[in-house]
Amino acid sequence: MTTTTEPRYTRADFQSDQEVKWCPGCGDYTILASVQNLLATLDFDREKHVFVSGIGCSSRFPYYMNTYGIHSIHGRAPAVATGVALANPDLTVWVITGDGDALSIGGNHIIHALRRNVNLKVLLFNNQIYGLTKGQYSPTSETGKKTKTSPMGSLDYPFSPVSLALGAEATFVARTIDMDRDHTTKILEAAYEHHGTAFIEIYQNCNVFNDKAFQLLTGREVRDTNRIYLEPGERIVFGENNEMGVVLGIDGAKIVRVEDVGLDAIQVHDPTRPNPGIAFALSRLSHGPTGPTPIGIFRNVQRDTYGDLLRAQIEQAKDRNKATSIADLVEQHGTWTIE
Amino acid sequence: MQEDTLSPPISPEKRDRVVIRFAGDSGDGMQLAGARFTESSAAFGNDLATFPDYPAEIRAPQGTIAGVSSFQVHIADWDILTHGDEPDVLVAMNPAALKANLRDVASGGLILANEDAFDDRNLDKAGYTSNPLTDGSLSGYHVMTAPMEKLTKLAVATTGVKGRNVLRSKNFFALGLISWMFNRPTEPTLDWVRQKFGADTPVGQANIEAFRAGFNFGNTTEEFHHTYAVPPAQLPSGTYTTITGNQALAWGLVAAAQSAGLTLFLGSYPITPATSILEEIARLKHFGIKTFQAEDEIAAIGVSLGAAFAGHLAVTTTSGPGLALKSETLSLAVMTELPLILIDVQRAGPSTGMPTKVEQADLMMAMYGRHGEAPLPIVAPRSPSDAFATAMEAARIALKYMTPVILLSDGYLANGAEPWRVPDFDHLPKHDVHYATEVNGPDGVFYPYARDPKTGARPWAIPGTPGLEHRVGGLEKQALTGNVSYDPDNHELMVAARAARIAGIADDIPEAEVHGPDDARLLVVSWGSTYGSVRAGVNNANRDGYSTAHVHLRHLNPFPKNLGEVLAGYEKVLVPELNLGQLSALLRARYLTPAVTLSKVQGAPFMANEVTKKIIELLEDQS
Repeated sequence: MTTTTEPRYTRADFQSDQEVKWCPGCGDYTILASVQNLLATLDFDREKHVFVSGIGCSSRFPYYMNTYGIHSIHGRAPAVATGVALANPDLTVWVITGDGDALSIGGNHIIHALRRNVNLKVLLFNNQIYGLTKGQYSPTSETGKKTKTSPMGSLDYPFSPVSLALGAEATFVARTIDMDRDHTTKILEAAYEHHGTAFIEIYQNCNVFNDKAFQLLTGREVRDTNRIYLEPGERIVFGENNEMGVVLGIDGAKIVRVEDVGLDAIQVHDPTRPNPGIAFALSRLSHGPTGPTPIGIFRNVQRDTYGDLLRAQIEQAKDRNKATSIADLVEQHGTWTIE
Repeated sequence: MQEDTLSPPISPEKRDRVVIRFAGDSGDGMQLAGARFTESSAAFGNDLATFPDYPAEIRAPQGTIAGVSSFQVHIADWDILTHGDEPDVLVAMNPAALKANLRDVASGGLILANEDAFDDRNLDKAGYTSNPLTDGSLSGYHVMTAPMEKLTKLAVATTGVKGRNVLRSKNFFALGLISWMFNRPTEPTLDWVRQKFGADTPVGQANIEAFRAGFNFGNTTEEFHHTYAVPPAQLPSGTYTTITGNQALAWGLVAAAQSAGLTLFLGSYPITPATSILEEIARLKHFGIKTFQAEDEIAAIGVSLGAAFAGHLAVTTTSGPGLALKSETLSLAVMTELPLILIDVQRAGPSTGMPTKVEQADLMMAMYGRHGEAPLPIVAPRSPSDAFATAMEAARIALKYMTPVILLSDGYLANGAEPWRVPDFDHLPKHDVHYATEVNGPDGVFYPYARDPKTGARPWAIPGTPGLEHRVGGLEKQALTGNVSYDPDNHELMVAARAARIAGIADDIPEAEVHGPDDARLLVVSWGSTYGSVRAGVNNANRDGYSTAHVHLRHLNPFPKNLGEVLAGYEKVLVPELNLGQLSALLRARYLTPAVTLSKVQGAPFMANEVTKKIIELLEDQS
């Protein structure tokens, strides 16, 4: 990022005086640092950031940010944040949530916030486990996962958060990885710039209850062969020498060797397509992750936000009806006088 | 268009009051007929009170008891308190309507039946084995019949309405006939039809013609030789409008936001019988109001709490099942000490219960239905028009004390209408609201949980205010700093501070006012929508020579601070409630008062004579 003037803030300006109490080695620390660093680079008043969270390890996040914040109720952060965003369009409202918070107890609120396109930045920390309650399977845990509440293996089929968000027609959908600070910062910045609901799934390692869940994408030896970076305008290729690629067929997206199909057959990534179909196909490439997995921005389109539409409707109503007092209302309703 | 064919009947019999109930199938337009009769009576200058009663099903099977919808209106030439115990006139559009309502009709009352609907099929559906209009079973009543369907068909023949729409106008025939019988002005009704349906549309013309036909039928048919006049009431001078409880709540919220200089925000989810508050406020966007129809009850209060944090006057509206779903967020509002108004328009429960029927059984849930020690103020309106002032009072308390407030209305107030003497809107109470703008601690530190020494309220610092960045949330707060705290002494201190702040509101509300003679031995205590019936019941007893006092509570938490003293001054205390004794239990627990409960849980309001009877029973009982 090029800046001509001195940044107004440093990371310290966004650190609260509260001791951070996540487990040592938790992926949340890196995400917190990435967010604080990004905010310090922005030319945007600190007092206009609001962090709203639900319940879970990740939801302690607002306490560590020296901004306005609400640590709300399990699953309800999208609703509370919607109220904040509709009340004041000048604010940048961030939702900090987890896989259990957003997709289990709060599943209803997240899909409705996404479809309404409320101006929110949703950071979903997906660690595929319930951490705060000490290790039960979550709605993103793999089927068969053995935990204290699923000693014989969980029976649940997991959600893909990105597929779910695309299904709800979210206008901005991305995925990143906690350990990859540069990529995270890039995605966070794009989300900040997006006007509407921005949904980011962040693969976050819980080193205590679900360590190495994302090993395929973070392990030194395997990560290059498993990360499919989605770059707008670029062909979707990956592997150490970009020898692998993604094509679209009747069965959705498929991984191929580039030399088998020729480079021209490889899909060019375009997150601005109005139809979320191709983005959805890409999100189905890996479920878990169980193999090569796309990271980056799946979808980035513009649609009126709920707040913009609400304010426009209020202005329209003011043009149509000049009544501004209760007395006017009563008059319109009809009155009679007793002498 | 002829305007002058509706000539008024001659030499009517004068009555000081009359109770009329329109009853028919849910599709028969009885609510509309009742509402129009109400408006023309209001325009005429009567005092009035109404009681719409309808099934939860939009269209229950036609002709059955389950599908009966009714609208009762009490008009009088004096200041009345209730919608009337017993109808003097029952308009029965079909056998089911007769059967469902007959037990309420005053003995010797008038039954006006649509004879066309009393055929074998409809009689059978209502469970009659013979026609009550002709078999002599109604000998205790004055029965009059009219072939309403036949005459409506004839009346609308030239208007162009076709098929099923032809008979749709029969409610206007009935309305016309009743309007003739009670000497109602016709212009308000005709004007309304022209405005609503258009003077030149087939439906508008059909309704007008049916209304005229009904009116003229009364005028020319010898059977209807008698008419009645209920002269205008001597109400205090002023400008009046008719208002329902839900409308008054909506307007009261708008007024409260204006007098506080705040934007009104309503987050809600449709639920009977609260929905019309959301509908009313949603059409007032030109006031700068934001309404939000949420995905569920929980989201509805969640968005409202978020809006409150950001500085709006936030409200959520619901009924019992929704209050249950909102209780977790209410606790968060208690913990975060944010102003929030929750309106619970109570209905008969538990569970889905009887959604369109009245009950007062959510008092205990409002009082205690949260996890942890989570006290909050509770207020309740006593009449449709009183809902306006009560909504303003809820806002005053919420904003001044930084607390969620529950307003308990109910299905009877929601839809019931009465004349409202419009207050001087320029002199409504002002709510003095200031957002925090300056730090309040040492060294430029902001303490979000510092308390106002008088009210105990914490500062309202809204996002966007530089230097006051802070976090609120559900975890226990350290006094002053608002930081998360697990300190045992701090928790005890904060639980006590939250309770004391709510209890302290008792110093800021009016004392309980006793109505009735000084020598009364019996005190009747009531709350909410039962005010009219209870006050009338007390007055009736006193008129019969008994000596009874009455206290009606608007504030249920905290109670007025003199309430204990007042209760202690009587030998007996009677608490009539539309539940099994919830206020009684609170009074017994708090004041050790040996309160006696008069309970009614039939999905219907009290009749005044039920209260009178209980008063007399208690006063005659020498034990």
